[in-house]
Amino acid sequence: MANVLIFIDNPGAALKKSSLELLTLGRSLGETAVAVNGDLSDGVSAAFAEYGVSGIYRPSASDLDDYLVAAKAAYVAAAVQAAGATTVLLDNSPEGKEIAARVGIRLSAGVVTDVVAVDQDGTAHKSVLAGSYTTAAKTTTPVSVLTVKANNVTPEAAAGPSAPEIATVEVPADGTSTAARVTAREQKVASGRPDLTDARIVVAGGRGVDGDFGPVEQLADALGAAVGASRAATDAGWISHDAQVGQTGKTVSPQLYISAGISGAIQQKAGMQTAKVIVAVNKDAESPVFEIADFGIIGDLFDVLPQATEEIKKRKG
Amino acid sequence: MEETLKIIVLVKHVPDAQFDRHLNGEGYTTDRGESILSELDEYALEAALQLAEARGGSKAGNQVIALSMGPSGAVNAVKKSLQMGATEGVHLTDDALSGSDAAATSLALAAAIRHLGAGAPVDLVLTGMASTDGETSLVPAQLAERLGLPQITFASTLEVDGGRLTARRDADTYSETVEASLPAVVSVTDQINEPRYPNFKGIIAAKRKSITTLSLSDIGVDPGQVGHAGSWTTVTSAEERPPRTAGTIITDEGDAGIKLVDFLAAQKLL
Repeated sequence: MANVLIFIDNPGAALKKSSLELLTLGRSLGETAVAVNGDLSDGVSAAFAEYGVSGIYRPSASDLDDYLVAAKAAYVAAAVQAAGATTVLLDNSPEGKEIAARVGIRLSAGVVTDVVAVDQDGTAHKSVLAGSYTTAAKTTTPVSVLTVKANNVTPEAAAGPSAPEIATVEVPADGTSTAARVTAREQKVASGRPDLTDARIVVAGGRGVDGDFGPVEQLADALGAAVGASRAATDAGWISHDAQVGQTGKTVSPQLYISAGISGAIQQKAGMQTAKVIVAVNKDAESPVFEIADFGIIGDLFDVLPQATEEIKKRKG
Repeated sequence: MEETLKIIVLVKHVPDAQFDRHLNGEGYTTDRGESILSELDEYALEAALQLAEARGGSKAGNQVIALSMGPSGAVNAVKKSLQMGATEGVHLTDDALSGSDAAATSLALAAAIRHLGAGAPVDLVLTGMASTDGETSLVPAQLAERLGLPQITFASTLEVDGGRLTARRDADTYSETVEASLPAVVSVTDQINEPRYPNFKGIIAAKRKSITTLSLSDIGVDPGQVGHAGSWTTVTSAEERPPRTAGTIITDEGDAGIKLVDFLAAQKLL
């Protein structure tokens, strides 16, 4: 019996940093078990032991990826009941939130999304209204379901390794009977850059790049950063919609956000104003982005960015 | 001629994100003084209108019902939907609904949708990808779970053929095609279409369209199941963050790139 259940979808060959964060956060709240979907490699099993996990659940079915969300939610809810858990932790991806939403209905459990910290008494902390408020929320139900944002916990192994027991959970039939079915899936070409939502540094371009993301990408690569964009840039088709930061795109909270050629209207600000440090480069001195920038440069990004890229390469040797 | 559709579009009135937004309401709820139709719901409405128009529109018997839950101001989201072309509007409103979290909201909306489907069944429930205020994206998934219907989320294309839905979804690392049978709940992204603006004809026509007001007793929901009392989460505190203040601003004199790197080095960000 574990009081915290953590869902990890398709861990692959090694656990992602965000999964290690969930394991660390879970351990601070009690005894942890994991519900895994997909293959379980030796490396991942070893990491679970290292992080003090007491039980590993696996689904009775291997085709959960062929359905949209509902099947995984049915499995996670069944695993929570098998473990007797009172806290459920999931990642804060769109899919993580949807699974959480459905697990909440199945278990009559309150759901809190976008969580950045959890107190011992179960109080969850988050920021709302585009980072303009921080709130604390609690569930009023026996089971709490929380989706946790990445980069808010430092992964830490347990004092001593555990010997997790592996058990199979029967996936309820109603999880698949009405679920939408995935009929085709194409992998996109990987950029080799860090994931935008988890990245430590983001370099983003907007209208001012005028169709040429070259300087933005080169600076990002010199810094080991992810590339982001404003809605104006993605709507113009200069870069994939996946890169959009803002109210209708992704919300990021990196250590450093470099904004180039973006005016910084509310739509963009909503997605990045919780970044620790903001640097802005824009030709227009009146751009609202300068009101929130820690360091602002009134200048042409086509001069400033390449010069900075060269200087970084020089200093990094 | 294809079969006609009865579509419900969920629309929400939200505080305008162009202005400062506050959690001044009871139980740290949003102040909805200056509220508008959530921008992301316009894409769902447009998708519904296109599906209906492809089948001969309202003349052929297609229905696009805009449903909004909320206090008196929520009727504005319904009115805007009627101006864009929805055939009828429904406003679910009751004092007991105030403070409902996602679970309580989905309970009330599920009951309203069942009520609206009592005569002729509903084929499709369309929603936006998130509200632009709460942004939790929980309600559509919880609604589908409560109604026991198939759900497609984050659709960037949507086709209905006979009793089947086909949609495309784009994630960061893959794109996929998904299928479901009708009736279903579908949330759409802002990539699916370009929502129309209400034209003069639409604004005039909207004045003649009816808006039905529903209370909790109309849809058979007990007041204790919704609002603060029926919610499974409670907000215990809310603090306004101090606004970010501007830092150092310089004008490029040919060496701003170097100064930028100096700043990063001083902040230990290199």
